[in-house]
Amino acid sequence: MSATAVHSLWTMAGGVTSAAPAEKFKAPVIEYAQLTPVLIVIGVAVVGVLVEAFVPRRARYYTQVFLTVVALAAAFAAVIGLAAGGYGTTKAHIAAMGAIAIDGPTLFLQGTILLTSLVAVFTFAERRLDPAAHGNHVDSFAAQAASVPGSDSEKAAVRAGFTTTEVFPLVLFSVAGMLVFPAANDLLTLFVALEVFSLPLYLLCAVARRKRLMSQEAAVKYFLLGAFSSAFLLFGIALLYGYAGSVSYATIANVVDGSVTRIDPALADTMGNDALLLIGGAMILTGLLFKVGAVPFHMWTPDVYQGAPTPVTGFMAAATKVAAFGALLRLLYVVLPGLAWDWRPVMWAVAIVTMLGGAIVAITQTDIKRLLAYSSIAHAGFILAGVIATTPDGISSVLFYLGAYSFVTVGAFAVVTLVRDAGGEATHLSKWAGLGRRSPLVAAVFAVFLLAFAGIPLTSGFSGKFAVFKAAADGGAGGLVVVGVISSAIAAFFYIRVIVLMFFSEPKADGPTVAVPSPLTMTTIGVGVAVTLVLGLAPQYFLDLASQAGVFVR
Amino acid sequence: MSFPLLTATAALPAIGAIATAAVPAARRTTAKWLALLFSLATLVLAGIALARFEPGGARYQLTESHAWIKDFGVRYELGVDGIGLALMALTALLIPFVILAGWHDADPSPSSQLRSSRGGPNETKPYRWRPTQGFFALILMVEAMVILSFEATDVFLFYILFEAMLIPMYFLIGGFGDRAHTGSDENAAAQRSYAAVKFLLYNLVGGLIMLAAVIGLYVVAGTFSLSEIAEARASGSLSMATSTERWLFLGFFFAFAVKAPLWPLHTWLPNAMGEATSPVAVLITAVVDKVGTFAMLRFCLQLFPEASKWATPVIVVLALISIVYGALLAVGQRDIKRLIAYASISHFGFIVLGIFAMTSQGQSGATLYMVNHGISTAALMLVAGFLITRRGSRLIADYGGVQKVAPVLAGTFLIGGLATLSLPGLAPFVSEFLVLVGTFSAYPAAGIVATTGIVLAALYVLVLYQRTMTGPVKAEVQGMADLKVRELVVVLPLIALLLFLGVYPKPLTEIVNPAVQHTMSDVQKKDPQPEVEAAK
Repeated sequence: MSATAVHSLWTMAGGVTSAAPAEKFKAPVIEYAQLTPVLIVIGVAVVGVLVEAFVPRRARYYTQVFLTVVALAAAFAAVIGLAAGGYGTTKAHIAAMGAIAIDGPTLFLQGTILLTSLVAVFTFAERRLDPAAHGNHVDSFAAQAASVPGSDSEKAAVRAGFTTTEVFPLVLFSVAGMLVFPAANDLLTLFVALEVFSLPLYLLCAVARRKRLMSQEAAVKYFLLGAFSSAFLLFGIALLYGYAGSVSYATIANVVDGSVTRIDPALADTMGNDALLLIGGAMILTGLLFKVGAVPFHMWTPDVYQGAPTPVTGFMAAATKVAAFGALLRLLYVVLPGLAWDWRPVMWAVAIVTMLGGAIVAITQTDIKRLLAYSSIAHAGFILAGVIATTPDGISSVLFYLGAYSFVTVGAFAVVTLVRDAGGEATHLSKWAGLGRRSPLVAAVFAVFLLAFAGIPLTSGFSGKFAVFKAAADGGAGGLVVVGVISSAIAAFFYIRVIVLMFFSEPKADGPTVAVPSPLTMTTIGVGVAVTLVLGLAPQYFLDLASQAGVFVR
Repeated sequence: MSFPLLTATAALPAIGAIATAAVPAARRTTAKWLALLFSLATLVLAGIALARFEPGGARYQLTESHAWIKDFGVRYELGVDGIGLALMALTALLIPFVILAGWHDADPSPSSQLRSSRGGPNETKPYRWRPTQGFFALILMVEAMVILSFEATDVFLFYILFEAMLIPMYFLIGGFGDRAHTGSDENAAAQRSYAAVKFLLYNLVGGLIMLAAVIGLYVVAGTFSLSEIAEARASGSLSMATSTERWLFLGFFFAFAVKAPLWPLHTWLPNAMGEATSPVAVLITAVVDKVGTFAMLRFCLQLFPEASKWATPVIVVLALISIVYGALLAVGQRDIKRLIAYASISHFGFIVLGIFAMTSQGQSGATLYMVNHGISTAALMLVAGFLITRRGSRLIADYGGVQKVAPVLAGTFLIGGLATLSLPGLAPFVSEFLVLVGTFSAYPAAGIVATTGIVLAALYVLVLYQRTMTGPVKAEVQGMADLKVRELVVVLPLIALLLFLGVYPKPLTEIVNPAVQHTMSDVQKKDPQPEVEAAK
């Protein structure tokens, strides 16, 4: 910027302060009614913390499960109410002083997150899988997370029948963050939402009942890498603010378009500097791609998926992905459409290495949770193919894919919790040999999920994949479709390998048993299978829903 | 609205599959009868469809059309032309025989019975593996999907079935192996799952490449309905760039060539047919693989006429290689079932050759060939299966002099074999002759090369017969039982049908010919006129 611009900075700044000092302190206008889903979840999460403090230990589990389920169901009802009130289509608008966008994608993703969380919470509450310790029912979480693994205090906690009921408020806080994340309409809200949903997740990863050291290690890895990516995001936000003089999505988009020429005097040196825009945009994308687990920011995924308690893994794998892709979509479609020529080649490359990398590395995996982790990376690549389409079809296909994928994921991890031996869950693939002969029903259900992951027709995986690839091909990304098809073929190999193992291998003498779950986990799995088949056979209604929801408000 | 006959024909076996799977574990025999009953009922429905079909009428008859997935431009559209109808009838016809022939194939093996009884009170959960119910349910599932794929006139619907039928097939191959294996149980299980995985991966890769082309077709045409695409093309609103059409054609053709299978994509077939039980091997080669060659006629030629003509020289060469290479390898086989598999590869070469000769005789011949090959291979393979079950070995060298001990078995085996080598008087002769005539009139050189396939067929069939059935009776063959009533019920109708269609193929050609004329007009090809006519 030139010297005259610097000079004008002072005059203009002085003019602004003198003109309207009172307006600066206007009370914010918040549309509470349209934020009810978030408010319900946050409110009940706070109540859950109070429950931990004041309700006797014996009653906590039931109170927490009840509160959590009611909160998620009520929030979902609120989302439905908003959608029915037209807030997804005609009344879509920016709420909360520009911080939150209430529009189709927001409501669709919030609904998906709430439903998957609701189903996933059932597996959190499952208490019949582990044998009762000292006469107390136990769930998947450590008796006392603070006690050192293997120490006397841990033994004492187990003997006393402690359970970590804090997981329920933690889940609710995390869900609240996820609800805001895809709705965030300025970069600061985006960052706050990211932290709100990430921090509880780091904790949840650390509280496994079995294999506690591995679980804690996973949590530390997740936390360190997550903090690193947050730093990237924050730095990117700072640079974009320097570029546009605002953190609001709409303003940044206008500056990118060149439709805003008024230069903020305080930022005269940096505003409109394309280097800041490109570097800042890249850093924000890095932070978001880390959350969706795209190559090359995927390193945390297998370790965390493997180490975290399996119910948490299922919840995280499904809901985080939905929230993060939602935010990514909004960022690319609302903030940076003017930059599409710059980010599309980069995203092309990321999508290609993500699809291929996830699929190829998954082949060598011997642990079912790691295998599903790499498969989730490959799926992130498929979804990116739809994101890149930059058409309305692209948005709706990604929305549909996210809905289909999250239920398959929650269901698949719920099945993983059932297959157990003396050391807890038997996640090593060799132990799954012959499962189809011991427990045909469980193996068949898992086979359905695997076929859906593989994208075999008549499952939701195929409908989603077809929608995404169709959008990509329509949007001129035919090359991505070809790579996607090739990596689907590679991915099919390892899904099929698990099916071979379950059905065609002789069961081993010391193989795992399949625990008979309570109706809670059965509900999770049942809903997973039902959604998988319904979205495979008759996806039209949900495609309609997704395409109605596929318009961002600006 | 009239009764949805085509849907019913496909839905009946699907319902049967669910019913069979639901039969309690102890009631194995009930499950078998139930499956047989449903397959026979399907046959009746297919018969009604045959009767209601008017050979001279509209191109697609008995049509049904419903909206399905609007966003993808997908409709649930069914309709049969003569080609689809003939193959649908073939499928419905063969399944009861497959079920009957496999009556005992999925009984729990002695070892697994032992394991379940040993469990006793120690085992917390009963052993709930129900192979018999599963086996027959899967066969009916395959039947339902294959029949529906012959009826589909929507590309997307066809694609879904084309892919989905792999899954039950895969379980049939991998889950129910031939007990007559050489070597240890574990080794056999490993080989079987290798064969199943190879089958699935080959076909899945083919299918996924087709998926890319299916999406491409949608981008170009905006619809999946064959009739809408034909209309758009006729009215000139749809025109594909030459290169686009060629790429899409290749995507479709690749998938069908894997399924058919055409050299060099054939290597999964001998593994799959060798390791599967004989009835399942029949299901693969006589029923499921026909979907591949059928789809070449229905989709490749109809959707991409120009590209089909463009690719013809290469495909004709590939078909010729299949014919000769398959036959040569069949001559060299030591394993009866693998021999039949390579013979099938040779025969699929003939079918593809007939389709891409682009003459009406060639395509009629190819369609008849699909039907006749289904019947003749079923007869040969099922008798071979009966033989192999008796001796417990698939190796040709383990047999000798069977005709002295079990004359009926040897006799039916011979007839099946003679049908395979297209002896005049048996059905395959008519179709092979038509294919060759059709090829000669378009590509004389190709016709000459293809004829060597016939000579080699005589070699592999007769040598097989000579080594297994004639000569001194081997010690292990001594006392081998002849065909039982159930086995006769399987074989005799098939042989009768071979004889009937060999002498009087008119009912079949009447249905098929109009459909072939439609396909020929799709590719805008006329038969080369005989030169004599010019002199008139």
